[in-house]
Formats: sequence, C-alpha cells, structure tokens
Amino acid sequence: MIEIKDLHKSYKMGSNSLHVLKGIDFSVKEGELVSIMGSSGSGKSTLLNILGMLDEADNGSYFLDGMPIKNLNEKIAAQYRNKFLGFIFQSFNLINYKTAIDNVAMPLYYQGMKRKERLEKAIHYLSKVGLADWATHHPNELSGGQKQRVAIARALASEPKVLLADEPTGALDTKTSYEVMELIQGINDEGKTILIVTHEPDIADMTKRIVNLKDGVIIDDTVVNQVKATANV
Amino acid sequence: MFSLERWQEIFETIAKNKLRTFLTGVSVASGIFILVLLLGVGQGMQNGIAKEFENDASNSIWVWTRTTSVEYKGLNPGRRIEMTNEDYDFINKKNQKYLEYKSSRAREWGVVVNYKKESGSYGIEGIFPEFQMIENQEMIEGRFINKKDIDELNKVAIIGNKIKKDLFKDKEKTPIGEYIQINDIPFKVIGVYSDKAGEREEDRVFIPPPIAQQVFNKGHKVQGLAYTLKPEENFETAVQKSEEFVESMTAYLKSKHIVAPEDERAIGVNNSLEGAKRFYNLMFMIKAFFWWVGICTIIAGVVGVSNIMLIIVKERTKEIGIRKALGAQPSSIIGMILQEAIFVTAIAGFTGLVFGLALLELAGPMIQTDFIRNPSVDFNVAITTVFILIFAGAMAGFFPAWRAVRIKPIVALRDE
Repeated sequence: MIEIKDLHKSYKMGSNSLHVLKGIDFSVKEGELVSIMGSSGSGKSTLLNILGMLDEADNGSYFLDGMPIKNLNEKIAAQYRNKFLGFIFQSFNLINYKTAIDNVAMPLYYQGMKRKERLEKAIHYLSKVGLADWATHHPNELSGGQKQRVAIARALASEPKVLLADEPTGALDTKTSYEVMELIQGINDEGKTILIVTHEPDIADMTKRIVNLKDGVIIDDTVVNQVKATANV
Repeated sequence: MFSLERWQEIFETIAKNKLRTFLTGVSVASGIFILVLLLGVGQGMQNGIAKEFENDASNSIWVWTRTTSVEYKGLNPGRRIEMTNEDYDFINKKNQKYLEYKSSRAREWGVVVNYKKESGSYGIEGIFPEFQMIENQEMIEGRFINKKDIDELNKVAIIGNKIKKDLFKDKEKTPIGEYIQINDIPFKVIGVYSDKAGEREEDRVFIPPPIAQQVFNKGHKVQGLAYTLKPEENFETAVQKSEEFVESMTAYLKSKHIVAPEDERAIGVNNSLEGAKRFYNLMFMIKAFFWWVGICTIIAGVVGVSNIMLIIVKERTKEIGIRKALGAQPSSIIGMILQEAIFVTAIAGFTGLVFGLALLELAGPMIQTDFIRNPSVDFNVAITTVFILIFAGAMAGFFPAWRAVRIKPIVALRDE
C-alpha cells in the first residue's frame, strides 16, 4: 500500500538547514496497523505529513497504492488526499462553526457528492463511532474524546485507502485514549490500513507493528503482538 | 459559481458568522448610502440653479446707456449717452457672425394705457419681431409683431398677460382686435404674451419701433439693445464669443459717442452668459466637493471591506488548512472566499443604494427650495460605485485567500 525509498527532508531554519529525515526506507501492506514511534524531533510527524501529502519530500520515492507521489501540483494533491487518505490530528482540527455531521460530511463535499447523500453517509459514520445522537452539536459542545471520534468519522467518511493519525490520543486522558484506540483497532479489523504516530508506548503496543525513529532514521521495525484496547478500558 | 452546493456552503458560513457579515455589510452599505445622498443633493443644487437661469434665453446680452463718468477729449463727465438706429444697424452689420436674434428697444416708462373705462400705467417698448425669442416669451393669444407691421407702420400692440387681466375685465372676451389707447392714440391689440418669469415681466406693451419713436418723440434714438448669440458647441466657446462680441460692440459705441475707454458707467452691458458662468463655476465647485467627499467615503468603505476581508481570511487560515487536508482544491477555496465576499458586498451595496434612493425619493420633495430642486442621482453612477466596491471587496479577499491557499496545509493547520 505504501512504498518509501530513501526519503530525505530538511527544513530551512533561518540560515542553517535542519536535516529531519535522513533516508527512510519503509513499506506498509494493506490492512496493517502500524505505529511510528520516536522522541520529539525524531522526524515522525514530518514523515507522516509527507505520507499525507501535506508536505513534500526533498528526495526519494513514495508510492501510494502503486502510484508515484512526486511533484504533484496542488490540484492533483488535493484529489489524492481526498480519495486515498483520511487524517486524524492530535488537535482534532474540526471546523468550529460547523456541526459534527457537517464536519464529517466535508470531505464528501469535496468529492462532489450531493448534500442529501453526504449527510446520509455522514450520519452512518457518526453512528459507527457512536455519536449519532450528537450529530447536530458543534465541536465546542463535545468532549475531547467525542471530538476525536468525530474526526475519525470524518477521516472514514471519504472511504480512504489509508488512515493517517498524528498523535490521535495526544490530547486525551488515558481512558479516552483507550476508547479511541479501541475504535481504531475496530476499523483496522475491518481491513483498513492505519498509520499512527505516537510517543506513548502503551498506544504503540495496541498496534500490530512498531517502527522506531531516531534522528531521522529507522532504528527498529518489529511486528508485535497486539494488545486489545478493550482489555484496558 | 452557480453550484447550489457552493451556495449552501456559503450561506452556512455567513449564517454562522453573523456579526462579521453584518459589519462588512454596514461599511459597504453606509458608503454607498452617503454617496447617493451627496450626489443627489449636488444634482438638486444644479437643477435649482439651472432653473434660475431658465427665464431668459441664457445667452442673451442687454445693452443700455447712462451718463458718462469720466472726462474725455474735453467733454465733461455727466453727459447723457443715447444710442441711435444707426448704431443698432452698424453693430448688427459688423457683428453678423455672432448674432442669432437682435432687437433695439425704444422704451418709455409709465405710459397710461386705456381700454374703455379701465386704465393702467405700463412700460411701452418699440421692438423688432426677434425680441420675442430674446425674452423667451410665449404667445398665449394672437401673434407677435412682424416685419409687415414695421414696414407698414401699423399701430398694433402686443400686451402682457397681466395687462390683459387689468384692462380686459370681461374674461370671456378676447382682447385680440380691440383697440387700446396709448398716449391717446388707438392701437389694435394683436397678441397677448406670457413670460416664464411671471407677472413682473408681463406688464409691458410692445409696439413696432418706428411707431414708438414717433409716438414718444424719440427721433432716431433707442434706449437699449438686446441680442442673443448663435449657439456654440460648448459653454466655454459660447462665453468666449459673447465676450468678443461685447468687446467689439462697446468699443464701437464708446468711440462713436466719444466715451473714455475706461468709462464703465456710460454704457451698461448685461451678458447673461457671464453671470451664468459664475454660477456654473460655483455649481461645479459644489459638485466637485460632493464628489470628493463621496469618493473619500467610498475609499473609507473599500478600506473597511479590505480590512474585514483580511481578518476573515487570516482567521480562516486554519480552516483553509483543514479543508485542504480533506481534499479541497485551491480554486475551490479561493472561489468560496471570493464568492462570499462578492455576495456580501453586493447585497450590502444594493441595500445602501436602495435606501439612499428611497430617502432621496421620499425626502426630496420636502427639501425643495429655490436652490435645491428634484434631488436625484444618475443611476449609472450609483451602480458603478456599487460595482467598484464589490470589485474592491473581491480584490481585498482575493489576495489573502490566494496567499492562504498557497501555504502548505501543514503550516496552515499549525496556525492558531
């Protein structure tokens, strides 16, 4: 599903440049649930942003579902993001003035779906994350866990090939974190490919494979025995 | 642009940001409103002043003579200057190229006029047929003096509408064909005129010039001259031509009657164009001032709209990042922001326009004075201003929107 070879990325910080990713080789097969770990500054978020086409690599190749992701213009990148990727952010990134259901329906709007259809689909995914009753609430009326679940529903709504989660539990307490992870595991069990960036070992343990990043290179890549979140809730 | 989905999205955004939308709207609407009022009052003043000048043909020149005020060539000041038929003929011949209508005036004030038992004291003037055009008089009955009357020395008279009311008490009966006594000489009434300026201009009796000179013992003398000049393409040349003519005419009269060139009193000239020019200049200044204030108002409006659009886009940078992450195309985001800006400014602009026009329409009749009449606005000007504001709003929205969609989604997402 994801094929990365020799990926480099550096940021210009004033006069000196910061080499964040120093040659990453990495691949993910369909249906995997991978966590990317590392201390802050290890380049894990940068990697995820490049995977999500939110940022561009300087060097190296990236294939998503067999398609080369290279020098995309804004328009194509937008299309790919819309079709192939669903995002879950640490800070949820919901649009505050829109209700939960409208937030979930937003990627469908950009797919050009009719309003009625997209609201039907949005309510379907909202009920999937257990928030059908909160459909008409605004984000500021929801708890952190609920917000993240709305965000997950939004990421799922466009039926992407890969879900990318950047510290999805970073802003949540342990209990809520596990609830969110339970949801993510459930989605993965249905066959969706999911990448999670985290620095919490317990969250990483709930995935099927842990990739360790340090100073811009992969130092460890192991398949682990998944801990079911339900056991901890 | 016409996608229903897009409109739904925009209405949703507008509905969720009522205050912001309202403030944008108010700044646009008030700008247009004030401009419309200013232009309306300016137009009203112009109409009022134009009305003041409607009375006489606006390019008329009136000449009269008084006594000299300067000693010249051994002649004492205080000498009475009197023009003659020969002066009139000479001036006409010499200035043919300028003149449209012309007439000399052999005048006598306070002459008793009788009809049967009624009598009154009126001014009698011996004038030529073209005088009617110079004075802009309208015949309500009968006809004006013609060349035949003058050639045949007919004792005919044209009376003003006021004289008709004074002398002919029987309203049913037309005065045409009746005889009135002027200085005990019978004159046949052949016409009744009215003057736009009202009754004060309607108390004169017009008779053929040679008759007037005979009856009042004036010999060849005339008391005044009246002219209108040929119409010109524009106001400036008209003024210039009239000044040339006045110059040439007074020079002739002064040399003929031995008047010092610097003597301003002996020969009086009223050039209505010069008066008009002063008023037109004043009017121009007033209009220019209103335009200036109006344009400043519009600029203030544009700055206001631009400011609000800048803040809106800044505020929405994160939202733009989210939308991009969810797969929004750059064009769709710019389009959305522009469409919203245009929609809000357009609605507000037209609201301001409608309110301004409505106020002019309703309050206009209440503020009618001699100098403000029919305050109204050139609709095209008003519409154009609305479009300028809409355009400015769109521009003000476009550049920040353009910048916002060009930053990488990840940067936009980080924006707090």
